[in-house]
Amino acid sequence: MKCVFVTVGTTSFDDLIACVSAHDTLQIIKSLGYDRVILQIGRGKVVPEPFRTESFALDIYRYKDSLREDLQKADLVISHAGAGSCLETLEKGKPLVVVINEKLMNNHQLELAKQLHKDGHLFYCTCRVPTCTRRTSPLLLLLLRSAKILQRGQLPSHP
Amino acid sequence: MVSVLVLAAAGAAVVAVLLAVRLWVVLRSQAPVPRQSLSLLVVAGSGGHTTEILRLLESLSNAYSPRHYIIADTDEMSAHKINSFERNRADKDPSTMSPEYYIHRIPRSREVQQSWPSTVLTTLYSMWLSFPLTHRVKPDLVLCNGPGTCVPICISALLLGILGIKKVIIVYVESICRVEHLSLSGKILFHLSDYFIVQWPALKEKYPKSVYLGRIV
Repeated sequence: MKCVFVTVGTTSFDDLIACVSAHDTLQIIKSLGYDRVILQIGRGKVVPEPFRTESFALDIYRYKDSLREDLQKADLVISHAGAGSCLETLEKGKPLVVVINEKLMNNHQLELAKQLHKDGHLFYCTCRVPTCTRRTSPLLLLLLRSAKILQRGQLPSHP
Repeated sequence: MVSVLVLAAAGAAVVAVLLAVRLWVVLRSQAPVPRQSLSLLVVAGSGGHTTEILRLLESLSNAYSPRHYIIADTDEMSAHKINSFERNRADKDPSTMSPEYYIHRIPRSREVQQSWPSTVLTTLYSMWLSFPLTHRVKPDLVLCNGPGTCVPICISALLLGILGIKKVIIVYVESICRVEHLSLSGKILFHLSDYFIVQWPALKEKYPKSVYLGRIV
């Protein structure tokens, strides 16, 4: 069983949840060999309907005390740019795609995502809803690339 | 009349100079005092600050006790995270008696996207509330990583030193998110903290007086 875990942290990131749970996106995720998607949606207003078929499952929840377990069983993590989520994911050695929330003003967390990308630990992209359902969406391209290229992430504790 | 004004001005100047000297002395004095435990005042805050500071606290021993947390009064999520962190910590180490920690709440000094002039007013207001709190707790060490609330708290802690009530060590750890630029709180507290820690080499280069230990959260 291969699992994608999507996390938005303590606030909300509706664009990301809408994008990942769109039919086309789920098809692509499926075609990459994943058969389970878990969404942590915080206090978001976009609440996709969970479902379970023979070959695929979509689970969803708002908050848990610790994301540790879900990160542990994930084979790919798609996360907002929060430092906590990024660090925790990379510490577990999981491949990570960070999606930047462009609706946040002065988004200083972008600096961290950029640097961690430069150091080869993750991929990042933005999430524009209108382009989301097209196959050319940057997120989807990154998903494709990450599944093929991204080695197990690793974050040195000290330089 | 003129002489009164001159006298008043001279008086004010003397007070200002004395304060400046006192500030300088307080910021200089770093003689280590041996102690069994050290009371900690931790400034938490939404937007990742709480998560990050709790990651930092994970590596501190129980000698850092009691732990006083300060959060903004509207920040339920941080209170929840702190409670769950302390519960976990107590579970892991049953030898400790009930965990000694307290959560204090003060008004936010700056709501996200608040305008600058009103920021000044609300900061003054939270300064008014921070000082009695800091005075009551009289911590040995203040630890913070940049939420707006930490500026009035650190100034209050500094004031305790200036007034000769207690020398409080102020440790500022700039958020891991800050790779090349200091946060606004960081820029202010760079001058007022005893130890200013950055987590990326580019910041160490820009601010040579800061301490760089690699990634510590």
